Amino acid sequence: MKTARSRHVVSGVMIGLTYLAAILATLPLVLILVHLIAKGASSLSLAFFTHMPRPVGESGGGMANAIVGTLILIGVASLIGLPIGIGAGLHLAEKRTTPLAYTVRFLSDVLNGLPSIVIGISAWEFLVRPVGHFSALAGGVALGTMMVPLVTRTTEEMLLVVPTSLREAALALGYPKWRTSIAVVLRTALAGIATGALVAVARIAGETAPLLFTAIGNQFWSTSLREPIAALPLQIFAYATGPYDEWHRLAWAGALVLITIILIISIAARFATRSRFGAPVD
Amino acid sequence: MTSLPLDWLQSDRRRLRVDQSAIGDRVYEFLTALCALVVPALVVAIAVAIFAAAWPAFARLGLSIVTTSDWDVRGGHFGAAPALFGTLVSSAVALIIATPLAIGVAIFLSEFSPSWLRQPVGFLVDLLAAIPSVVYGLWGIFVLIPMLRQQVMPFLRDGLHLGATPFFSGPAYGPSMLAAGLILAVMALPYISAVSREVLMAVPRSQREAALALGATRWETIRDAVVPYAKSGIIGGIMLGLGRALGETMAVTMVIGNRPEISASLFAPGYTMASLIANEFSEATNDLHVSALMAVGAVLFVITLIVNAVARWLVWRVSRVRAR
Repeated sequence: MKTARSRHVVSGVMIGLTYLAAILATLPLVLILVHLIAKGASSLSLAFFTHMPRPVGESGGGMANAIVGTLILIGVASLIGLPIGIGAGLHLAEKRTTPLAYTVRFLSDVLNGLPSIVIGISAWEFLVRPVGHFSALAGGVALGTMMVPLVTRTTEEMLLVVPTSLREAALALGYPKWRTSIAVVLRTALAGIATGALVAVARIAGETAPLLFTAIGNQFWSTSLREPIAALPLQIFAYATGPYDEWHRLAWAGALVLITIILIISIAARFATRSRFGAPVD
Repeated sequence: MTSLPLDWLQSDRRRLRVDQSAIGDRVYEFLTALCALVVPALVVAIAVAIFAAAWPAFARLGLSIVTTSDWDVRGGHFGAAPALFGTLVSSAVALIIATPLAIGVAIFLSEFSPSWLRQPVGFLVDLLAAIPSVVYGLWGIFVLIPMLRQQVMPFLRDGLHLGATPFFSGPAYGPSMLAAGLILAVMALPYISAVSREVLMAVPRSQREAALALGATRWETIRDAVVPYAKSGIIGGIMLGLGRALGETMAVTMVIGNRPEISASLFAPGYTMASLIANEFSEATNDLHVSALMAVGAVLFVITLIVNAVARWLVWRVSRVRAR
């Protein structure tokens, strides 16, 4: 029989191992951020944000077109993903146990789990193949498709947190159901829904695979939805896998910009919920 | 209290209002239901698009797409077996590395962490999921691969004498199945640990208290009373991480070496289904080539669908027990 002492030693060792796991799991994040800052910060300058990429061989140049392109793609994706996702979330929160609700919930998890490249090639099939050319619109639609399930599920969760008494009070005052849902329930949950929206934006902002065969990238300045458009992730991919040191330098700088955008959105999202939902609602 | 005059209740104006709100309700319900219907419609549209586009290749080549390994665009041979092999092996390597770490972190956060550390550590691990794939790839190319080539691979092969096994033999190029597995491990980790943490926290206190009262040590409590209770949820989390790893594209494409060969050695470059599509799709020249790539996409679609469905079912089972 094992002694009490050895059992406690084993216990202590295993607890120590979980501490080690916590350190090892946070290590990659720290390493990646340190390398990004070390290799990217020196290449960042005002020109990086305001200039266009230079031809191979010339140093300098920036990613102005890619930064604007990414913002346009996020805008198109949000125009598609947010209204549909919030609408679907409202439906799920109100019709919780209908067969449609179960189906939608399951399929939004399925959609969320689909590889982004699969979404990319189906967007190509619908929006690029028939037209015959790549476009920003196709890229935005692919990203919007990825946003829908994310926004749907967080909206539903946030709406379920709203106390039923609020809804009942509004109904008792003679508000019709639709005004209750929009002016009372949706408004109460707005901070949470905004957080969900921010998380979804942060998630798609760095996506590359759905854009490879839709927005495809563009070396020139373009803001047209019908033309191919540049995007930060695409540009980072092209530069990182290219042969020139100058490109590698720009790839690091681009990655630092991209991750900064995403971290700011993620942290903003986290604080938005904490202030509203962290403390118990009276 | 005065009662409302009857004629007021029956006035046209009042009735009009009721009708209006009924119309408003109907419009509102129709619109939200329509939004909800978009979700199934998207899934169906994606499935139909991919399978329809893949059909010519399946009809002409049949299962040879996944069973043969000769990928020759000019000759019309499209055997993606090495890509299927690479997808499965790189994901398996990722899970072998990520699972113990992720469960360790989850146990740490749900049981042992000092309360001031819980939030920040949880946030940092969650942030791993926020880093874009292409940034992982960039880091992989310029930091991980040189490190693997110069230190880790020679150490594993010669230092630990693992070169005698087929899995760690051969020249250390750098871009390899091992590099892909490591990157995928970091990318799958936050998904596994988030789900595990949640199901561990859902285990009732009484479960822990009973074990402690019987004289179990803190570790024995976790091992015998808490983890078994949360087991199927944790497995669900692992499956979710697997789903992520199987479909991951950019980071893998950047570090795996993109060589369509089946090799037992993790040091050898490989290929995955996602990276095959990423590399060849925009340069696909003829219709059969496009269709064959769509067929690879269809296989990937089906595999991830099954893995995710099983994962959701397992997690759902745990949360149902908890609700009861």
